[in-house]
Amino acid sequence: MIRSWIIVFVFVSLLIIPNGALQAAGFSLDAGESLSGLSLPVPRDPAAKRYLGLSGSGHFTPADVTAPVLLVQIFSMYCPHCQRDARNVNAFYSLLEEDPAIRGRIKIIGIGAGNSPYEVQVFRETYGVPFPLFSDGNYEMHKKFGEVRTPFYVGLRKDDQGVPRIFFTRVGGIEKPSDFLEFLLEKSRWEVKKP
Amino acid sequence: MMKRIVAVLAAFVFLVASAPAFGLSDVYEKNILDLGSLKPVDSVLKVRVGETAPDFTLQAIDGKAVTLSGFRGRKNVVLSFVPAAWTPVCSDQWPGYNFARKLFESRDAVLVGITVDNIPTLFAWTNQMGDLWFPVLSDFWPHGAVADRYGVLRSSGVAERAIIIIDKKGMIRYIDVHDINVRPPLESIIQALDGLK
Repeated sequence: MIRSWIIVFVFVSLLIIPNGALQAAGFSLDAGESLSGLSLPVPRDPAAKRYLGLSGSGHFTPADVTAPVLLVQIFSMYCPHCQRDARNVNAFYSLLEEDPAIRGRIKIIGIGAGNSPYEVQVFRETYGVPFPLFSDGNYEMHKKFGEVRTPFYVGLRKDDQGVPRIFFTRVGGIEKPSDFLEFLLEKSRWEVKKP
Repeated sequence: MMKRIVAVLAAFVFLVASAPAFGLSDVYEKNILDLGSLKPVDSVLKVRVGETAPDFTLQAIDGKAVTLSGFRGRKNVVLSFVPAAWTPVCSDQWPGYNFARKLFESRDAVLVGITVDNIPTLFAWTNQMGDLWFPVLSDFWPHGAVADRYGVLRSSGVAERAIIIIDKKGMIRYIDVHDINVRPPLESIIQALDGLK
């Protein structure tokens, strides 16, 4: 009888425990690991969709992004460092888009930890963030990333099989965009071929 | 034996299901004390929507005294009680409101932050947040008197995480004694301010 109750208890528990809590262990952030399980909604904004090379609706994973390198930023509208970092990240984005050798090959997305869609929109509008931002209002993704402090960056580079693999992580903002780009290129072992 | 297994499973489910998440800024590094998950609300309100807000005068970090009735006829007031300095959710809440200054000002509202911490503690803590555009008041002594007057003082001596919106006539128009473990979404405050028009 008691065994039956335990089975029922475990079953019900699995139903009521929030997904994010179950996935608290989440991703391994070691170099070479893939962020399997990172799934985000395809943006409705056509420009954001075009930027990431996506189509249709539903969800996408880093492997779906049509760029060899993807930089994932975990931020929060409520985080003072992220607020100070915003203009530097925008400048970094401009460096990527203005260099013909890099444009289209390194993409950025931001995930707002604990931020509602409204809060993400306020952040986007206030700083004129040009790259796609996603709401993670219930911390589901943030938990998978191990509840990292913000801002937090993960660099992914696709391997020969097209699987995005982590090549760096870091806590803290981008202090100098040009230095960060140099760092990123070096860490991703990117060979920049000037046209 | 079976009872023990059930107890362990129950503890596991409670801990995992109630594990708080904060998304804490790197600005505080390792200076934030995580108290774990607390009882969501631990006080009984003493004010209601539609009543005149009890007046008070408290000292701000800059040493000036701030009186609630001083805003009457000029500004809507958003009182933001937060539990304590150097704790997880509180440490990110006001930086968000600092960032959203235009949203408050465009609705003719001023934000007033209140905790039961003393002035030196508030000074050190809020320095990590950047330049705050709104006054931060100390309800330290008599300890938590204003929080108690509003009915948002917890039995542990800290305030609730509460938002109370007072219109230009001095009337309470919105009260949200929020789950202490969770930050109130910005849009709920903005929507409440929009409702004052």
